[in-house]
Amino acid sequence: MNYITEGFFQAIGLILSMDEETWQAVGVTVRLTVMSMAATLSVGLPLGFLLGYFDFPGKRGAHMVVDTLLALPTVVVGLVVYAFISNRGPLGDLRLLFTIRGMAIGQTILALPIVIALTANAVECLDGRLRMTLATLGAGGWRMAATSLRECRFALMAAAVTAYGRVVAEVGVSMMLGGNIKWHTRTITTAITLETGKGDFALGIALGILLLAISFALNAGLSFLKRRADA
Amino acid sequence: MKKIFSVKKGFIALLGVAMIVLALASASLGAPDAAVLRMATTTSTDNTGLLDYLAPILKADLGIELQWVAVGTGKALELGRNGDVDVVLTHDPESEKSFIDEEYGVDPKQVMYNDFVVLGPASDQAGVKGKSVNDAFKLIADKQAPFASRADKSGTHMAELRLWKAAGVPEPDKENWYIQTGQGMLDTINIAGERGGYVLTDRGTFITYEANNKGNPPVVILVEGDDSLKNQYSVIPVNPKKHANVNYELAAKLSDWLTSKKAQDDIANFKMEGKQLFFPNAK
Repeated sequence: MNYITEGFFQAIGLILSMDEETWQAVGVTVRLTVMSMAATLSVGLPLGFLLGYFDFPGKRGAHMVVDTLLALPTVVVGLVVYAFISNRGPLGDLRLLFTIRGMAIGQTILALPIVIALTANAVECLDGRLRMTLATLGAGGWRMAATSLRECRFALMAAAVTAYGRVVAEVGVSMMLGGNIKWHTRTITTAITLETGKGDFALGIALGILLLAISFALNAGLSFLKRRADA
Repeated sequence: MKKIFSVKKGFIALLGVAMIVLALASASLGAPDAAVLRMATTTSTDNTGLLDYLAPILKADLGIELQWVAVGTGKALELGRNGDVDVVLTHDPESEKSFIDEEYGVDPKQVMYNDFVVLGPASDQAGVKGKSVNDAFKLIADKQAPFASRADKSGTHMAELRLWKAAGVPEPDKENWYIQTGQGMLDTINIAGERGGYVLTDRGTFITYEANNKGNPPVVILVEGDDSLKNQYSVIPVNPKKHANVNYELAAKLSDWLTSKKAQDDIANFKMEGKQLFFPNAK
């Protein structure tokens, strides 16, 4: 039982001592999530908006596909992307395997369905009268779309935070596509897997606490922005 | 109007921060080091800390930066077959042989060895302590004592399968006492420890395990020293004829370096808890 308390104190020690290996893993995690989130949001938000805002034939089918993809297992994403970016695969010449970029591709595929589904839902749940009011005020298509998006900005933020939670906590994609290479592709979660494998439970718990601390800081920042936006 | 303005400002600030971080992230990724060598290796060389110890020495001696992926021997050779790494460091003579016969690897060199040991609880319910490996494996199967297997085509797993065969025991699979973990060496020893079972491991990983448990491990060495327990590690560069973009030049340099007097002495000097983990035997 000792290693639980030991882990807690070790976490504080790790954060305070600025241990180089730990910070490297934190750095990789931050870089990776920024890349995958940037890609996810820039593709997912427009797609989600299109899916929620417009009526088109096959809309229900598209919804069902996106909702199903919410259940994508990380190892399946890892495996499929591996098959593509392995030196033997069709994209092998890009040398993406065991790089942060390669990992970001996998995480983007993992997070996209979340952003698309939640964005579409948020847009659909907007009060229908808003659209009518805007139309009577003479707002054009773009103007109407922009206002609709602004009205559901907090729901979009929630979509982003949920997707972030999925990518920052996953280990399957990072392990398969990154290879847990020390100083290069070792993230906090793959480091936890490694330390657990080495039998160093305390360090694993410490890294877990550190990961949560980073997410807490991010959410605190968002909440601050939200309050300012409301003020 | 004021409200909309500050909403915008907040989002622009957020966007700005994201852009800056992204720019920094891609800038630091933009400069790949020319002398990076990718190696696939087994969990034992990584879990014991041998590579953490050798990599800085290699960098100082040759300026090569070694990046490694630690997986079982089976997966390591698969990464080599796919050309995803430049070189492999593995420990299963049989699967290495087919790797070379299929011309995926060239010029294999023996680097070092350690030995496998059979671990079990001190209570030793199957009574294998001090027996030969063959007798020990037979007793474990007869008594149906719990046995944890890597079951992952790693070098250790392949060695275990050879030992069942040599003991005349049909390869266990669905038997209740046979625990197929599918995990790395230390995980598997931990599982054996939790279940009070037996397990085959390389000695290096056991010493690490012993150190983790502060000298009081739930499983201890019961069988050791048999000839069939020798565990040979070899380095094999990936054949550049199969994959044009593997870095054969650096792989060959690593292979020469690992088998040089200097690196062989470094390997011999790698100790944990005062015990030598790997014994250099390059020819």
